[in-house]
Formats: sequence, structure tokens, C-alpha cells
Amino acid sequence: MIELSQEDLNRVEKKNLFASGHRACGGCGQALAARLVVDAAGENTIALMATGCLEIFSTPYPDPSWRIPFLHSLFENCAAVASGVEAAYKALKKGPVNIIAQGGDGGTADIGFQCISGMFERGHDVLYVCYDNEAYMNTGVQRSSFTPLGAKTTTTPTGNRTRKKDLPQIAVDHRIPYVATATVDDYRDLQRKVKTALSIEGPKYLHILAPCPLGWGHPGDMTVMLCRLAKDTGLFPVFEVLHGKLMNVLKVPIKKPVEDYLKLQNRFRHLFKKGVPTATVAEIQEIADQNIERFNI
Amino acid sequence: MIEIRIHGRGGQGNVAAAELLAIAAFKDGKFAQAFPSFGAERVGAPVMAFVRIDDKKIRLREEVRFPDYLIVQDQYLLDTVPVLDGLKPNGMVLINADKRPEELGLKTTATVETIPGTEIAIEIIGRPIPNAIMIGAFCSLTGLVSLEAVQQAIMEKFPGSVGKNNVAALERAHEIIQKRKEHA
Amino acid sequence: MLKQIEGSHAVAEVVALCRPHVISAYPITPQTHIVEDLAGLVGERHLEAEFVNVESEFAAASVVLGASAAGARAYTATTSQGLLLMNEVIYCIAGMRLPIVMTCANRAISAPLNIWNDQQDSMTVRDAGWIQLFAEDNQEAADLHMQAFKIAEQISVPVMVCMDGFILTHAFEPVDIPDQKEVDDFLPPFQPKAMLDPRWPRGMGLYADPRFYMETRYILHRTLEKSTEAIKQVSADFAKAFGRESGGLIKTYKLEGADVVIVSLGSVVGTIKDLIDQMREEGKKVGLLQITSYRPFPRKELYDALRDKMKIVVLEKCISLGRGGILATDVRWSFPRAEKKDRAISSFIGGLGGKNITQDELRLMVERVEKEPVELDFIGLNKEIIAERDL
Repeated sequence: MIELSQEDLNRVEKKNLFASGHRACGGCGQALAARLVVDAAGENTIALMATGCLEIFSTPYPDPSWRIPFLHSLFENCAAVASGVEAAYKALKKGPVNIIAQGGDGGTADIGFQCISGMFERGHDVLYVCYDNEAYMNTGVQRSSFTPLGAKTTTTPTGNRTRKKDLPQIAVDHRIPYVATATVDDYRDLQRKVKTALSIEGPKYLHILAPCPLGWGHPGDMTVMLCRLAKDTGLFPVFEVLHGKLMNVLKVPIKKPVEDYLKLQNRFRHLFKKGVPTATVAEIQEIADQNIERFNI
Repeated sequence: MIEIRIHGRGGQGNVAAAELLAIAAFKDGKFAQAFPSFGAERVGAPVMAFVRIDDKKIRLREEVRFPDYLIVQDQYLLDTVPVLDGLKPNGMVLINADKRPEELGLKTTATVETIPGTEIAIEIIGRPIPNAIMIGAFCSLTGLVSLEAVQQAIMEKFPGSVGKNNVAALERAHEIIQKRKEHA
Repeated sequence: MLKQIEGSHAVAEVVALCRPHVISAYPITPQTHIVEDLAGLVGERHLEAEFVNVESEFAAASVVLGASAAGARAYTATTSQGLLLMNEVIYCIAGMRLPIVMTCANRAISAPLNIWNDQQDSMTVRDAGWIQLFAEDNQEAADLHMQAFKIAEQISVPVMVCMDGFILTHAFEPVDIPDQKEVDDFLPPFQPKAMLDPRWPRGMGLYADPRFYMETRYILHRTLEKSTEAIKQVSADFAKAFGRESGGLIKTYKLEGADVVIVSLGSVVGTIKDLIDQMREEGKKVGLLQITSYRPFPRKELYDALRDKMKIVVLEKCISLGRGGILATDVRWSFPRAEKKDRAISSFIGGLGGKNITQDELRLMVERVEKEPVELDFIGLNKEIIAERDL
């Protein structure tokens, strides 16, 4: 593990390696996250990405936003492609170089699940960043395994009936050296985690909550606030797992009820009949309470 | 071109037998082609392997349907598999059997030879894998490939004591056949 | 050095001599021996390479895609179901002009399940933008891999070397394996035209809207068409370096004065040559045109060789269900409609799912087309097991 000074870790990087002028929606959590991730990683980075919003809004020919080398192949193989890049650098005795694979819900947990599990299991020196916007946004807001309980999507019009797949836990269970979660409102924390991850050899997984104004149904200027509420309710625990040991859990002294978070998003509107919460809200509160207890938030 | 078909059960070293014959022919300066009849082989299932030997390059890719020679590594196959199909009328079939040819009651105009391959294998190699014996007897009977070439092939393919034991088995088979020829 | 060796082993040895940097493959019969051998060579440090053991063929193709994009000489091998599973990536690799070399150990496709040889698998990706070369025997299979890397890296087009599963992969026959120096002299180190490297940042696999997509496909098409030059040149270079003919676009056998010409590809040409020799001895003038480069399709070369031949019969181990012979369609297309209206091009399908093709059956095929053209028929079809209503 490369020792980084506190100063290095805490510095907010603004290098504009993910240039403005891309075609994301206003307030897109993913675009913000991608910029923060790449700036934290620096120029000595190769970016891979799965098909999804990020690829579509950031790589249209002839105006891609990336000012570092990047490759997009398919929806489901980003982790395998990144494995190939890493193997090449090893075989050619080139580098060191940061290799960052990026995917959304589908590319990471569903159609891409096979490849990410393979990458973790084989131990490739790759940081995988998942931009979790809790549905297949690029294709029109269909549910994914990251869609939370109760959320309305085009394929769960009456509300999703399953809980989020716990990919950070699955990553931990693959015994990879570093797993972390983060949100786009806290620049410093997110960038610190990227730098920490890149200083460790082996597979790393960073799961970033990335609100989607279009898919979640909120104004673009609420992205940051929703991240805070996701944390304050306990619905999105923020933590690191270093070599299997849980650490740096973000504590929330004054917790907020889940309603405060749900009421601000159209995708949860159906959970309130004339302002009165339905039974599902209680189930969602239970999930939040379980998280609070599990992580001692 | 000479065509040989080897019948056996999975696990008896049929493919190895074919390959050894091919390597031996190659060492003798001939052209050889060997291949198994492919399938999802399980130990004990009937299998076939084919060998072609010629003085010029072999281009044919069919399975051997009209063999000049047959090697049958397991006498109990005679009841279940039509091993004799296509055998040339003046060909030869060599069977791993503890009986004499007449006792097998085979209906064929081809020459029938037998040798107790399994028993010899257990004695010399310690395992019931008769292929080295069968090949040894075959070489002796036909003179198609030289014994020395097969010995070398065995030592290359199976180094160490496995190779040595198989060569010993090969030589025993050769002795047995030579003795039979002398007495005949 | 000449060795009596199994086809897969020969391929593995030659691929190792080509010094790939990254190998990734998922085992599937009948390619397994190639992959196992290469893993062994890497493990025993006879070959300095990264061998990535992946969780599926889809991942294997993706890994070599990433590796090639990062500047490594990359290799994979598959067949049948595996090739179908990596279909998306096959198109991606070609679209990105990555010079990957793949062995396809031709095998039939499910359903029903069949692990034996036919050529349907590689035919399913004939439109993807890969060069597809077919080996006649194991010597050519080995040789084509060396040529494949050279062609691929020269023109930035991936190359698939097709060899009949089991019939070639598991056949034990003499193959000359060159030594490392000979291969190094023939195949220089890979010099990528583009690669992922922070020193020269560039993007690969961009999003191309209607203004640009068709133009990239046009470029790929023209590149494939023009690749016939590179294929011929590399074959000639090979002959000069190693002293034997192999590769190239087509080969002909006893075409002079032939009344009937058989057109085919893959290992069955060996059987066809034996038949031709025999029939010639009987006074029947039969010849062979063998396709080595199936994609790009050597239309001009085929036409030039067969322009005066009136009875042509195409034999292939694949079929476009609902239409007919695939190679037959390509061959028929190679002759302009306007001329020689009495030319007959017959189409025969054989060997599907590993069904043995015998000289006798081929002889009957030739005798039939001598008398009359055959639109489409099958060799060795067992009608006894087919219900009346299905005939």
C-alpha cells in the first residue's frame, strides 16, 4: 500500500480531466461523480466504462469528454476488459498506471455480474467504480437489482418489491483488499477514497450513490441534498472495508425519518396516499433501521 | 496405405496405442496419421482409434471403415460391438484374450490372433492396461513398425518407470509371438 | 523440427513461439488441449505471458479485447457455443480494429447438443469483420497462426484461424514446428497503431451517431476487401521463410482439363484429393478448388480459376437454415449472371455434427453432378430415421 500523506488524501482535486460540455442531464449525479473520480485519479489513468449513461453522454464521436485514455466495449464486460488491460500492462512490463473500470447498475450487478466477480476473484489490480443510480437509466428507467424497495420504475410501475442487492458486501466476500461507499455531495470524502483505493494493489470496489433527477423524479438542483438525506436516514451507509475490516463508518448523530427522503422524489410518490404513508414506507424505515444497527451509524 | 482400427474400452489406453504406433512409424521414416473416434468418452465405454501408415503424405480424413488390421483390446467387446465390420478378407485381427483364436468362434476369413494382454499387463506393469502388449504383439506379427521405434516412442511418451515397465511388457509380447512362430 | 504431434499441441507450440503477451481462453471441447498446453507453457515459464483464466468465453474475448487495446499481442481460442457466447465481443473487436488472433476449432452448434466437427460456428460470424482462414491439415493450421499475427498486425484486422474440431485438433500427424529464431525473423514484435496509454490519450469504442456509423462500416468493408493483398503477401513471405506453401486465398488441385470441379474448405479437401487421384486414374477428370481465405471471400481468384468450368459442385459442412448452402451462395455469387448460362453450380451439405464423409459418398456426388445440376442435397443423409412428413 502506498502511503499517502493526510494532505494528499484530503486535497480536493480539480483538474478537469472529465471536461465540461458533455451531454448529461442537468444535476446528473453520475457526471459529477465521474469528474471527481477522474480528477482524484489524475492523468496517469486509463478509464474503462460499460455501456450506460456515462458512455452515452461522455463519448459521442467526435467530442468525447475524457482527457485521459478510455475504452468502451459492451454493457456487460467492463470488468473483463479492464482485466485484459491490466494483464497487458503486466505482460509488457509497462506502468504503473491507474486502471479504473466504471459501470452503472446493470453493468456492475446484473448483466455485468459475471465479469466483476471474475475480476475480483482473479485479483486484478483494477479499481471498479459503480455509479449507482438505482435503475437502468440510460434505456428509460427500468428496474435493476439496485432499485430500492418501493421505487417506481417502468418495469415496476407499482413499486419495486425487492431489496437492493448488496454489492459492497459481495465485494467484501470476494476478499478484495478495499471496498468503500461514497456519495457525490462530499467531494473530499469521495476523492480521498479514490486515492486510497488506487494506493492499494489488487481489486478495489467503490460504490457511489449517484442520484438521477430524471429517473428519481426531482429537480436537478436537489442532487446534493438527496445524497445527504440518503445518508441521514440510514438508507445509504457510508463506510470503508480495508482488508476485510470495517472502518470509518459515517456516523449520523441526528437521524432523519425515511419519509423526509422519499417525499422529495416522484418515484416514491405512490407510497403516500394524500400525504399518508402506506405500509411500504414502514418496510423502508425498517431497512434504514437495520442499516443503522448493522453499521452503528 | 495400411489402415488399422483399434477397439477397446475407455481407460485401456486406446488413443495412446494409436499414437505410439504413429510415432513408431514416423521414427521408421514413414508417414502416419492417428486419431480417436471422438465422443464423450467415459471409462469403460467402447471406443475406437484409427491409424494409417503410408510411404507418402496421408490426406484422407475419413474414419477407417475397411481396416487391414484390427486390434481389439478387450475380448468382451466381441459380443457387444461389431468390431469385425469392414475388416479386409485377408486382413488380421489381434485380440486381447486368454483363449486361443479357435475358441473365440469368430466368423471371418481374416487371420485371428490372440494374446493374454491383460494378464501380462497386470504381471509386468501392475495395471490392467494392455496396450503395450497389444502393440508389441502387433509389431511382431506384422513387421509394420520396428520394435525399436516403439520402444523409443514409449520412453518418450511415458518417461521413468512407467515407460520402462511398458517397454518390458512390449518385449514380453514380442517374445511370445516369436516363440509361437518358431513352434508353428 | 518435424514432430509426430497432436494438432492442438502443434497449434499451442506455434502460438507460444509467436510470443503473445496475453492469452485468455475458456475451456470447451475440442479446443481444450490448445488451452491446456498454453497454460502449461506459461506455467513452466517456456512462454513469458499473462494467462488469464476467465469465467466464460465472453470474458475471454473481453479480456483479449482489453489487452490488445492496451498494446499487447493477444490470443484466444474457442469453438461452437463459446464462439456464440462471445458474439458481441467478436463484433466489438472487429469494430475497434484490434489485431487479435483466435483459433476456432470448428464444431457443430446446439440444439441438439453435438460436440463433433462442422463449420457452422465460424460461419455465424462471417459478417463481423474478421479475416477467416481455413486450415487443410495440421501443418497448415500451425502455419496459419504465424501468418495470422502478421496479417492482423499489419492491417489492424482480427484473424480467425479455423481448424476442424477433432478431425484436425485431435489428429496425430507430422507437423514441422519451427524454432524460435525462425519465428522471430518472420514475425516482428507487435507495434500497435493505437493503444490505451496515458502518454498519448485516446478513446476507443466511442458512441457514433448516424452521421458517422455507416462510414466506419464502409471503411471496415473496404479494408476487408483489400486485405486479400496482405493475405497473399504474407503467404508468399512465409513460403520464402519456411520453404513451404501455406495460407493464401485459394489453392487448386488438378484443375487442368477438369470436367467437374469440387469447391470446398477445411480438412475434407484431403479426402477429396485422394478421390480425385483415384478418379483421374479411371479416366474421369475431376479437380478441386480449395478456399483458404473464406473472409475476405476471394471472388476474383475463384472466378479466374473456374471461368471455363461448367460443372462445379460446392461441398460444405454448414447450412443457412431455410436457405441452403452458405459457401454455395458465395460461389454462385462469384460468377456474373450474364455469361455462361449453361454453367451449373451444385450445392451439397455434408458432415454436419461430425457425420463421417466417405470417398464413396463423394464419388456419388461427383457422378450425380456429371449428369445434372443439383440445387441442394445432403451427403450421407439417413432418411430412414426421418419421418415421412419431415422429408
